[in-house]
Amino acid sequence: MDALDLARWQFGITTVYHFIFVPLTIGLAPLVAIMQTAWHRTGDERWLRLTKFFGKLLLINFAIGVATGIVQEFQFGMNWSEYSRFVGDVFGAPLAMEALAAFFVESTFLGLWIFGWDKLPKRIHLATIWAVAIATNLSAYFILAANSWMQHPVGAIFNEETGRAEMVDIGAVLSNVTLLAAFPHTIAAAFLTAGTFVAGIGAWWMVRSARRGDEATAQVYRRAVVLGTVTMLVSGVGVAASGDWQAKLMFDQQPMKMAAAEALCEGETGAAFSILTIGDLSNDCTGVRHVLTVPGLTSYLATGDFSAYLPGVEELQERSEVLYGEGVDYVPNLAVTYWSFRLMIGLGLGSAALAAAVLWLLRLRQVVDRTWFARLGLLAIPTPFLASSFGWIFTEMGRQPWVVVPNPNPSGVDGVWMLTATGVSTSVSAGTVLASMIGFTLLYALLAVVWFRLMVRYAAEGVAETEPDPSPEARRAAARDHDDDSSTPLSFAY
Amino acid sequence: MELATVWFVLIAVLWTGYLLLEGFDFGVGMLLPVLGRKDRERRVLINSIGPVWDGNEVWLLTAGGATFAAFPEWYASMFSGFYLALFLILLALIVRVVAFEWRGKIDDDRWRSWADRALIVGSWVPAVLWGVAFGNLVRGVHLDADHQYVGTFWDLLNPFALLGGATTALIFLTHGAVFLALKTDGDVRRRAGDLAQRLAVVTLVVAGTFAVWAQVAYSVPWTWAATAVAALALVALVVTTRARREGRAFVASAVAIVAAVVLIFGSMYPDVMPAIDPANSLTVQNASSTDYTLTIMTWVAVVLTPVVLLYQGWTYWVFRKRLTVEQIPAPTGLTFDRV
Repeated sequence: MDALDLARWQFGITTVYHFIFVPLTIGLAPLVAIMQTAWHRTGDERWLRLTKFFGKLLLINFAIGVATGIVQEFQFGMNWSEYSRFVGDVFGAPLAMEALAAFFVESTFLGLWIFGWDKLPKRIHLATIWAVAIATNLSAYFILAANSWMQHPVGAIFNEETGRAEMVDIGAVLSNVTLLAAFPHTIAAAFLTAGTFVAGIGAWWMVRSARRGDEATAQVYRRAVVLGTVTMLVSGVGVAASGDWQAKLMFDQQPMKMAAAEALCEGETGAAFSILTIGDLSNDCTGVRHVLTVPGLTSYLATGDFSAYLPGVEELQERSEVLYGEGVDYVPNLAVTYWSFRLMIGLGLGSAALAAAVLWLLRLRQVVDRTWFARLGLLAIPTPFLASSFGWIFTEMGRQPWVVVPNPNPSGVDGVWMLTATGVSTSVSAGTVLASMIGFTLLYALLAVVWFRLMVRYAAEGVAETEPDPSPEARRAAARDHDDDSSTPLSFAY
Repeated sequence: MELATVWFVLIAVLWTGYLLLEGFDFGVGMLLPVLGRKDRERRVLINSIGPVWDGNEVWLLTAGGATFAAFPEWYASMFSGFYLALFLILLALIVRVVAFEWRGKIDDDRWRSWADRALIVGSWVPAVLWGVAFGNLVRGVHLDADHQYVGTFWDLLNPFALLGGATTALIFLTHGAVFLALKTDGDVRRRAGDLAQRLAVVTLVVAGTFAVWAQVAYSVPWTWAATAVAALALVALVVTTRARREGRAFVASAVAIVAAVVLIFGSMYPDVMPAIDPANSLTVQNASSTDYTLTIMTWVAVVLTPVVLLYQGWTYWVFRKRLTVEQIPAPTGLTFDRV
């Protein structure tokens, strides 16, 4: 493998790994904020117990998300310096904005939330977790603005003199239609992930408590199950709706990715959606055989019309050769795009359908003490994580061989495109990239084991008993003591 | 002042924020085995920066993002050129972040000692390597005509840069000790004060030597002012730590760091990444983004940076009290059957 392949593997490994933790943080921070708000509004201790329980899981997860996120910002310059030179004028701005507008807020207010229990007034303490929740979602907006620009560059021109892409319209970059579709899709997927997490753990504990005859605790977890499944259902609809919009944009902006998603070698009118394909799906288009197809569905996904014509990869290859030059294979890896597309859709829709079934079953009240329901809850948890991973693998592998995909709109940006192969650092040797890849991978593997064990252990601990909320007079007295006497223990510390 | 120069100054400001704030975090982590003899004392150290270390680290991410946005060529040449050094820094920062958050999650002595090792190594490595990196930026590196780094990793370990690494490590150690003397009470405060007093003398000698070497060999006349301020601040640090004036000592170490950043960036200007062959240097001009991008980013920075300072300042105000071992509760982590 040369430095290019290694740099691509490194980006793939570090990014997919980072994005295991990110969707959970993005979705769980608002859900914990909702739990704390419910406690604040109703005074119901059960919500406080859930807040602290899921809050601890959020913190364990947040740490590894932050730690692996630092690599993301640095590796553009380390492994992709030619890419950075070419796009920095445009691409750097959303990254800097993300740090200034979002990272500062989430890190600072998370510190306030962790250490501010009993120290800050309740209302302000509640505001800190909301600040974290909003900032994590805002950071997704900026990073998706950067990514969407790679998928569909707007608001920029190619400057022949400097040989780089230059920004001419920040408004266009931040309102890129690709971004407007990708943001709700990613956020909805994150809420689906967190909703499944909360509902799954809640279901397991609800059944366990009910079977022990501890009806009071089962009622605590029932709230988590309902909050989680409602979140799943709503976000499942959001994922599907935004995904449908994305497919139509993709057909306009990256027809090759659409064709690769279906492994459609030759153009077809009323292209079917295949559930399963046999054959080796190699890029030379021999031996691909679709079985189990839904007629016209791919055409419908791409255009909204079941009988529309979809160009195949061979035709698109020829079209690209005319536009961007010969000697380049413009077809992404068909096996990876085809299967990741299916797995993303199947796993995502599966989670949402499950949520609908669970809500219906809960109404019947027959599942609250069934062990199969507890097992189902735990089994459901990984599903949306996998769907997110496959979604990113699909969208990033599907844009190959481009790192910046040409904008096909003739009135749009001109000349702003880059092949992945030309974006790699020229001054970094393959051995160096290999060394860092091995280093990151080994460390990440170790951290994944610790993360998983911590999450399982803290989930298995369940909600803690809480002390009754002190009367307002007692709180004021405690606050006075706090000012006078510095020996009051920290209630929530490292 | 033209925009590219404004951004050069802004990036220096972001680095100042980072080194000033994360500097004492590093110092606290580096001093963990020295000042934290029992677990409760180590937890006093860790909790003294507990609410703020993550926010402090974002100054680095912002400096990185701002360099990418404002000086793409600088970002590209520096990050690919200092590859292995940055790789080591990243590994260190990763283990440091998770060690902070996960240390207290398992109630087990062996686990805690692993987390402590991660905190110590994770603080020492960047504390030294940032100094090495800045030393090389001041001294100049091997760039070719395309601004590609053509030196090796070993070229970065020259005597001047290594002295730079020793300088940052010592400044952060002293800064951290002074911070702990200011933020804790009891035994930890006393030991931190004693240590700060001794460290201040060594720092004065080493950092002073580095500053004068940088000034004489690689800088321009006006930065003599920064060198003088740094030297005065280091002398003041020796005096104030001896007198146990903790607040003033913290101001002195902070001023020394600010002056050091001014010296480093002042000596580089108008280059952002000086080359050994000056014709190949990356300058404020040839490394910068377009005026359009710089204008947008200026507005973003001008509006948001004061807000950041405001709420970060508020955090320091909320957690302004000195910490003592008495305030540290029994471990709240869970036990594992086997860890």
